[in-house]
Amino acid sequence: MEIEETKLTISDIQESELAEAKAINSIRESCKLIPDPDEWLQGEISRNVLVTTIDAVLDWGRRSSVWPVNMGLACCAFEMIAMANARFDIARFGMELLRPTPRQADLCWVCGTITWRMAPALKRIYEQMAEPKWVLAMGSCAITGGPFRESYNVVPGVNCLLPVDVYVPGCPPRPEALLYGILLLHRKIGRGTIQKELAEKIEEWKQKMSLKAYLKGMWR
Amino acid sequence: MTVALGVEAVARKVAETFPVTTITTDRDALIVPPESLLQVAQYLKDTPGFDFGYLTCLTAVDYTDYFEVVYHLTSLKHNHSLVLKTRCYDREKPTVPSVVSLWQGADLQEREAYDLMGIVFSGHPNLKRLFLWEGFPGYPLRRDYL
Repeated sequence: MEIEETKLTISDIQESELAEAKAINSIRESCKLIPDPDEWLQGEISRNVLVTTIDAVLDWGRRSSVWPVNMGLACCAFEMIAMANARFDIARFGMELLRPTPRQADLCWVCGTITWRMAPALKRIYEQMAEPKWVLAMGSCAITGGPFRESYNVVPGVNCLLPVDVYVPGCPPRPEALLYGILLLHRKIGRGTIQKELAEKIEEWKQKMSLKAYLKGMWR
Repeated sequence: MTVALGVEAVARKVAETFPVTTITTDRDALIVPPESLLQVAQYLKDTPGFDFGYLTCLTAVDYTDYFEVVYHLTSLKHNHSLVLKTRCYDREKPTVPSVVSLWQGADLQEREAYDLMGIVFSGHPNLKRLFLWEGFPGYPLRRDYL
C-alpha cells in the first residue's frame, strides 16, 4: 500500500500565515494600555467598604429592627408600657414600633397571665405572624403560670402553646430586666445562620404540609 | 357620699306593699325569697322616694347550706343605696329570677354568677358561660369544687 504524500504548497502556507501575522501586527500596533475605569474609586472603597458574610449583615438587620406585637394580657403590660416610654425607651434598640397587627410583627411579647379562654387567640396571633418570629415570655405567669399555676383557668406557662426564645422572670420584671431580655434576644438573633435556618424550615414545611393543607392554610 | 338607707324602715314599707311575702332583714340588707324578688325589685326601682335606677353590683355567695345572691342598688337621684339579698336552698339547680328586664347592667353580671357559681337566672336573654368555656366541668367558685 502506498502512502499518498500530502501536498502542501509553500505559497498556501505563506498566505494563511501572512494573514494571521498581519492581524496580530495590526493589534500590536494599535495596542495601548486601557486605564481601569474604576480606578478613581480605590481610595473611597478602601475607606468605606467592609467585607463580611451575608449572614452577619442579615442578622444585623433583623436584630436591629425587631417589631413586637404586644400581648398585654395582665399587669406585666404596664412594665412593658413603661419600657416603651421615654424613660427606658426601646426606640434605642429599633423596637419602638409596637404593632397592633401580627402580620407586621417579628416578636410575640407575652406579658401576663394566659387564661385558657385566651389561649386560642394567642395561638392564632402567633400563627398569623410571618416568619421569622420569636417569642418572649415576660413575668412568672407567662413562664410557668406563676401563683395561678394550679388554677382551673390558667395556662401553666406559655411554652405549653408557643416555642419561647427568651424568658424574663419577675413579678412583674422591672423594665431594665425586660431590656436585658431583649438584648439577649438580639444576641440570639445575631447568632442565627439564615441560609441554614431557611433550608431547615423548608424541609419542615415539606414534611408537615401536603399542598392541599398548605393552600387551605393560605386562605384562612 | 352615698347614704345607705335604714333597712328596717325599707323592710316595713315593702312589707306593707307586699303583705304575702316573708321579708326578713339582716344587719344591713333586705332579704326576700326568690319568688317575689322581681316584684320587690320593680317596686324599689319605680317607687318615688326610692328610685333605685342603678344596679351597682350583682354577686353570689356560697354558704354551703344555701346560695345568696346579692344586689347592690343605688339611686343616682337621691344619692342613697340599699343591699337586697335573696337565698335559694336548692344546691342542684339554684334558680333566681333575672333582673335584666329592670337593669340592663345585670346581663353580664348574671352570666358571671351563672358561670362561676352555677346559679340559673330564669328569664335571662342569653345565659351562657362567660369566663369559662362551654362544657367546663363544675362551677369553680362553689365551696364543693375540687
